[in-house]
Formats: sequence, C-alpha cells, structure tokens
Amino acid sequence: MPRYAMAIDLAACVGCAACAVACKLENEVPAGVDRLWIRLEERGTFPDLAMQYRPEQCLHCAEPPCVPVCPTGASHVTADGLVLVDAETCIACGACIAACPYDARYFDPRGFVGKCTFCEHRIVQGQLPACVETCPTLCRTFGDLDDPESDVSRAIRAARRVDVLKPEQGTRPKLVYLNTPARFGLAAEGALP
Amino acid sequence: MDRRAFLKLSAASVGAVMLAPEAAAVKLPNPLARAPASWFDGEVSSVLTFCENCFWKCGVRASVADGRVWKVDGYAANPKSRGRLCPRGQGAVAQTYDPDRLKRPLIRVEGTQRGDGKYREASWDEALGVIASGMLAIKERYGSESMAFFAHGSGDTWFGEYLPAAWATPNVGKPSVSLCTGPRETASQWTFGRGIGGHEPIDWENTDYIVLIGHHIGEDTHNTQLQDFSLALKRGAELVVVDPRFSVAASKAGRWLPIKPGTDTALLLAWLHVLVTEELYDKAYVERYTVGFEQLAAHVQPFTPEWAADITDLDADAIRTVARELAAHAPRAVVPPGRHTVWYGNDTQRMRALYLVNALLGNYGVEGGFYLAQAPYLEPYPHPAFPLEPAAGGCSGASGGETLDTGFRARVDDGRFFAHTTAVQELIPAMISGEPYRIAGLIAYGVNLFHSIPDVARTQEALRKLDLYVAIDVLPMDHVMWADVILPEATYLERYDDLVAIAHKTPFIELRQPAVDPMWDTKPGWWIARELGLRLGLDAYFDWPDIEAYLDKRLRTIGSSLEQAKAKGTLVQRGRPYLADWEARNLNPFGTPSGRIELYSQTFADAGFDPLPTYEPPNDGPPGSYRLLYGRSPVHTFAKTQNNWVLMEMHGQNAVWIHTAEAEALGVASGDYVWLENQDGVRDGPVAVYATERLRRDCVYLVHGFGHRAKGMRVADGRGASDTALMSRYRLDPISGGAGMRVNFVKLVPGAPRPRLPSLRKLAERSV
Repeated sequence: MPRYAMAIDLAACVGCAACAVACKLENEVPAGVDRLWIRLEERGTFPDLAMQYRPEQCLHCAEPPCVPVCPTGASHVTADGLVLVDAETCIACGACIAACPYDARYFDPRGFVGKCTFCEHRIVQGQLPACVETCPTLCRTFGDLDDPESDVSRAIRAARRVDVLKPEQGTRPKLVYLNTPARFGLAAEGALP
Repeated sequence: MDRRAFLKLSAASVGAVMLAPEAAAVKLPNPLARAPASWFDGEVSSVLTFCENCFWKCGVRASVADGRVWKVDGYAANPKSRGRLCPRGQGAVAQTYDPDRLKRPLIRVEGTQRGDGKYREASWDEALGVIASGMLAIKERYGSESMAFFAHGSGDTWFGEYLPAAWATPNVGKPSVSLCTGPRETASQWTFGRGIGGHEPIDWENTDYIVLIGHHIGEDTHNTQLQDFSLALKRGAELVVVDPRFSVAASKAGRWLPIKPGTDTALLLAWLHVLVTEELYDKAYVERYTVGFEQLAAHVQPFTPEWAADITDLDADAIRTVARELAAHAPRAVVPPGRHTVWYGNDTQRMRALYLVNALLGNYGVEGGFYLAQAPYLEPYPHPAFPLEPAAGGCSGASGGETLDTGFRARVDDGRFFAHTTAVQELIPAMISGEPYRIAGLIAYGVNLFHSIPDVARTQEALRKLDLYVAIDVLPMDHVMWADVILPEATYLERYDDLVAIAHKTPFIELRQPAVDPMWDTKPGWWIARELGLRLGLDAYFDWPDIEAYLDKRLRTIGSSLEQAKAKGTLVQRGRPYLADWEARNLNPFGTPSGRIELYSQTFADAGFDPLPTYEPPNDGPPGSYRLLYGRSPVHTFAKTQNNWVLMEMHGQNAVWIHTAEAEALGVASGDYVWLENQDGVRDGPVAVYATERLRRDCVYLVHGFGHRAKGMRVADGRGASDTALMSRYRLDPISGGAGMRVNFVKLVPGAPRPRLPSLRKLAERSV
C-alpha cells in the first residue's frame, strides 16, 4: 500500500492562498471553518527582515493523537495512511479536536468533525489533492513516501532542509516543510516520517 | 497561543484571518446529521473556457454537476494556466452564485438624482429602448462623438471596440492604459518599437538574475508569471528587489533595496552609469542593434552611485554591486518592467531608463532576457468598415481612434499626449466643461469609476452633468448605483465572449464559452451590444444571428471551427521568440523610426521631450503626512472581488501599513482603527492599523480595492479603506497620458470606531 505524504517548499510559497480557496471549493468547506490556513511570521527590524508564509492543515500523522481518543471509531487511519473521519459514525464529541496538537480539525456545522483528507476522493482516481494541483508556485508535492521516485520523495531528497511541526509531540507527521528560511527554526532532526 | 489568536495579530496574513472571531461562534453540532453527498459523487461534466476573475485570461476547466459549476481548475494544454490557478481563479465560481448580483435591468426612479440609488425593475426591451433613444438624442444634438464608452474585461471588445466603432465615437477609454500600463508601453514602443503587451514577455525559464522594481510578484498573482518566477528561483536564479516595502517578493530576494519612494529613475541612471563607465555593457549587441550609445554614454557620466545614493537613500556600494552582477549574468539577467507603472508623472522616462539598462545588458530578444511576443494569426469578423477604428487600445496601450480624414471630431484629449493612447481620466473634464466639446453620454462596462480613476469628486461631478449614464456590470458596484439604466451582465461562467488572441512565446487563441445558463434575467455582453446596436440602426454590423455564428466564422479564417475550439479550449500557434528566429527570416523586430533599439530617441527630442531619461525629484507632502503607496492582495482583483465570500474569508479587509516607530509616535497600535485624511482634507476609513517593520518611515501602504461604499454589495460594503478615494490628485505623464497616483499624502487620524459589520459566515450562507 502507498504511504501518502505531502511536502511544502517554504522557499517557494508566497502565501497566496490558492490552496486554501481550492480546498474550500473542492470540499465544500462551509464558511466560518477551514481545513487549510496560512500562517505568516515576520522577524527582524527594518531593513534587516525575514518572513515566511506557512500553509497548515492536517499532517496525517503516522502516530495520530486524534484517532485513539475517538469513542466511536469514526476517526481512523486508512491502509494508505490517511487520517480520516467517517461522518456517518462521528458523534461530534470533540475529543479529537482537543487531542490534535495542530488545531487541524473543526466542527462542521452540518454535525460532524471535518478536516483535510488529502483529497482522498481525488487520489483514489489518480489525481493530486486540490491544493497541490492548483498551487501557482509549485511549492507542494504529493505522493508515496515508499516510492523513491515519487514527487514527494524526490522533493524531500533535494531539499536543503526538512522540518515537521512540533516534533516533540512524537506524531511523525506526513506533511513536511522544505527549505524553511534560515531565521525560522522548526527544528526536527530525526522526527521525519 | 493557538493559531487563531496568532493570526488575528497579523493584518497582512491571508487565509482564515478574518475567520478568527467567527470560528468560535460555530453552532453546536447536531449529532443526528449525516454526511452530505458531495458534488463529485455524481456525474461531472467539464467545459473549457478562460477565467475572468482577473485579466490574465487563464484557460480553465469548469466542473459542472446538476446544472451548477462547483469547481474551476486550470488545464495543462493552456499556456496561461498550465493546469494551475491562482486563488482568484479558484474562487471565481462564488461570484456566479452571489445573491447580491444584479438580476434584471434597472431604471433610476424618475425624480431622483444620480447617486440616490433608487431604482425600479424593467424589461430588457424597455431598458435598451431608453438607452437607444438617449443615445440617438445625443447624436442628433451634439454628434455621435459626444457618447463616451469606458470598458474593462473580456467584454470590452464589445463595449470598448465593436459598438463604439460602429456608432462612431473616438471617446473610448480603458483603465488598463492610462491608469496602469501606459508608461511602460509607450516607453517600450519608442525604445524597442514593440509594446510589452498583456503578458510580460520575460524569458523566465532562461534567466539567472532578476531585478524587480516595485513589482509585487506573489502579492500580484498573475498565474503564469508567478509559476515562472517561482521556477526561476527554484532553479537558482538570483533575485534583487527594489521596493520601499518589504514585499513578499523582497522576502524571497538575496538583496532588498528599500528605496526612497519616487527615486527609482536615479537608481536606474546610476546603473547605466556603472555599465557604461566600467564598460560592462554588451558591446557587440549595442553596436549591432542600437542607436545613440554615444549620447547615452555622455549623458550618464554625472550619475554616479554616490549621486544616486544620496537621492535614493540606498548604499552606493550596493548600487554598484547590483549593476556589476547584472552585467556578470548578462544576457541572462533581466529587469522586468512591472505592470502598474503610473507612479509619479514622469513614468515614461523611468521606464525608458529601465529598458536602457536591459538594452545595455544585451538581453532584448535573447534567451534569459525579453522574448519577442507575437500575436496569433486571426482575422476580424467580416463586417462592413467601421466609420471609426476602435479607439481605446488594449492593455498594451496601442493607439487608435485617429480621426484624421474621417469627418469626425478628434477625441477630447487629442493632442495632449505624445503617445496618442486614450487617457481615460482625461475624458472626464469634457463632461464637466464641455471643452473642446461636450461629452453628454457614458456607457461604463466593467470599470469601477470610483475605484480606478483618481479624483472621485470630479468623476461624480461629471456623472451629474451627463444626459445619459449607463452601467453594465455583474454587481451593484459603487458607481453602478449612479446610472440612469443598469444592465445586469451574466458572469463569465454563463456566457460566450469574443475570441481572445494572446501575444505570447507560443501565440494562442482562447475561447470563452458558457458552462451553465445565465442566472436570473442576466445577459451576455455580446447580446447586450447586439440588441443595442440593432436599436441604434447599426444592423449592418450585427448581421450575425448569434454569437456562435460570429465565432465560427472567425475561427474558420484560421482553419478551425467553433466545434473544434469548444473541444480544445485553446488553439496554439508557433512563435518567433528570439532575435535569431527573426534574422533567419530576414525580419527586423524593431519597429522604431531607426529600425533599431533607440537608446537616444530623436522622436522624443523633436517633440520637445528629453531624448534620454533624466531624474525628477518627487513632490513632498505636508508635515506629519506619509506618502500613500498601494498594491495588491493575492486573492483580489482591483475592486472587483470584494463581494466574493470565499476570497473575503482569505482577506476580508485592508489595513494601513505604517512603520512601527511611526505608529508608536502617533499612539496607535496594530488593530486600532483610524481615519485616513489626505492633503486635501479627503477622509476615508475607518481602517485598521498594521504597525510593521516592513516599510520605510516616510510612507504608508494600502492594498487597493477595499473600502466599497455600496449598500447592495453586502459582503464588500464598509470593509477597509479605498486608496482611490484618497487620490484627489494625480500627476500627468505628458508622454503617455498616464495618471501618476503616488503623489498623494495621508495622515492617520486616531480614534475611529471599529466598524460594525455582519459576519462573513452569515453573509456566505445566503449563496444561491
């Protein structure tokens, strides 16, 4: 089975939000909640400055804290390593929302917990997730981590630097950040997927 | 700090920012709810068309299910989108289902004044009849030239070209020239003998060194350009950014030069000085392709980096280093022209200086510099000759509408500008003064008159004086609700338009075709133009029964057909991108009087202008004020997209950027609301403060397009401040006719109330 992962090259990202808009429409994410958001950080004083945009979403962790806390089994990991919520069995208790260290889940007003699915409905058809497909900076890559020739494996190999968010949580995320600007440390040696 | 609290702090970030206060307000979930079916669960069909959410014209594939467009994406065969889309393209579909759209024709209630905003619904027949009789009355009383047309968008082929040419008026303007690209086009025309065009012909894929001057790639999300820029950086191209503000592009640069606003020409002259005096220019190229090097060499002697350092507030060594690095990478080094170039009123000369730097690098028509864009082959529809040729020109500012020997009066701004391009803002005074003759009627198509043309008070005065004012639009924009008759146009996903011919490395033709039927009683622009034409007695020009027949006839001139274009979306032709391609056919790409690149312009000298660029200091503002700079949001297009709830979720209001130390001195902090008051006492806002280190202390910055005062646009209304409202002045560029807009200054007036606005979530739930 593939082990799906995504990499985002922060040296390329301009924070334009094409990914966030594509996600919103592809997945009919209601107004007021979001599966994908962009964080801006700025450092330094004029004229010695640095900044980065960092898109964030569910990291589809290999050790997802949100899954074991689910009382109904709605939160689950697929054979491909995707962390998903079955809306039919979700009782919207919110345990997974509280457990996620990345604040990646939300209450969908329609009565279940929503989150990024890596666009599972697209990848089963051989397409890329909507955010990857549209990105005008080509900063996102996606594919099978176990395939050394996949886009994502090649991008990670070629990167000057690879980071994950909150490595101390031991979640082993499958969304990684490449080429973080020098002044912005996420620091993640040894925590890679 | 959680992400929502964090994001609230940053007025400049995008993506979920404005959601922050609302996320907590989401209703408790209903445990009995079931997952809804998704649009992609059933049968989905695809329609190939091109996007209209900016004017870059990316080819898109609209996904339709159950008679509704759900998603719009790029497609690989299209040279503009290459399968990708920017946020505006992705979000455009929300406009089609916007409940605030204009839904049927409206006629201003009798006895009300323009601007009162009181309307009654009318049938198309009645509305078009009122317009036609008004136009015919103007023609009889003042002549056909007394009707003006302002147009922007794909439908401007109907309302900026076809209809006004058939009707016979030279008074046609597009904001994309004198309010945007005019200076760069004029300068290019008289330096290289070729325009730049709508798609800047930078050979990104081969360049190794890029210098951007006030060019906000990244915040400006022209799709292909952003892709190319990003790929160039990934490939290792070096980047230098010259900007008073630490832009997104500056954050990607190896070197940022935070220049004093308005002094760019001094910097460019210093680069010319270094290239010439250190003999770093491409001698063979200059010898072979240019004229006037001797004059240029003598002219730039005084402009040392030290001279420029004093003026620009930059370091002389940094100036010198960039010039040397440009030369070291030449010809795979480029200084792109940017797009919005109407800054200080001496803009054609600044653009000339920029082109001369490129010419000395030997990069024009050479790999890694500028490629030579060509338009695709396509014939016009075979209509009888128009009494006047289309006057407005495109984004490229090509001039037209010459009235010599036609028997018609010249355009009201004729002779004021060297370039002959229509200066749309200069058609306004004739509406007020009646000089040189009266403009009595105006049709505004897709141009937001109050968010594009500086001196809004003057525009409003002009509108009050007209006999007839018609607005054609999709939304009840600020200026639309002043019109006598309002015509609701279908959105791009619901209509055909004329073919577009894109000048490009690989020239191509794109088809706009409907993905779904028009909502409500809205109509496509072609239908409106044709129905109006028939009522004006212009039947001879509208002999085509419908748009399909028109398009098919045009496509057959290139051996294609409507059927083929509908299936392929894009028809790509071969280009001649480099000088070598032209020379192999004994062709000369340089359309200048000398047939060469004119470093020295004898034409300018003969017309009384500087034949070589010189530096003019910018104006100063009153004490305690800041120069008003403006720019773009990656998710918005001008003032057109602020009623789109999806895009507004990403960026829902602008903020006034001010340097941290200045904010502190004024006693304001990020998130406080202030009024902005300009040098003439014009106020706008309230607008939030964004105190940042990311710009110089002598200026403030606003993203353009916010601050709508349009009650019918319930998402856009009252969010942020309008930079255009604060531009009560502009400085004319006498060469291009461009309106230099960076000559306004504002003060921050603390203590403004935080606006009370309806929640975006509630507004979004109204979508149809």
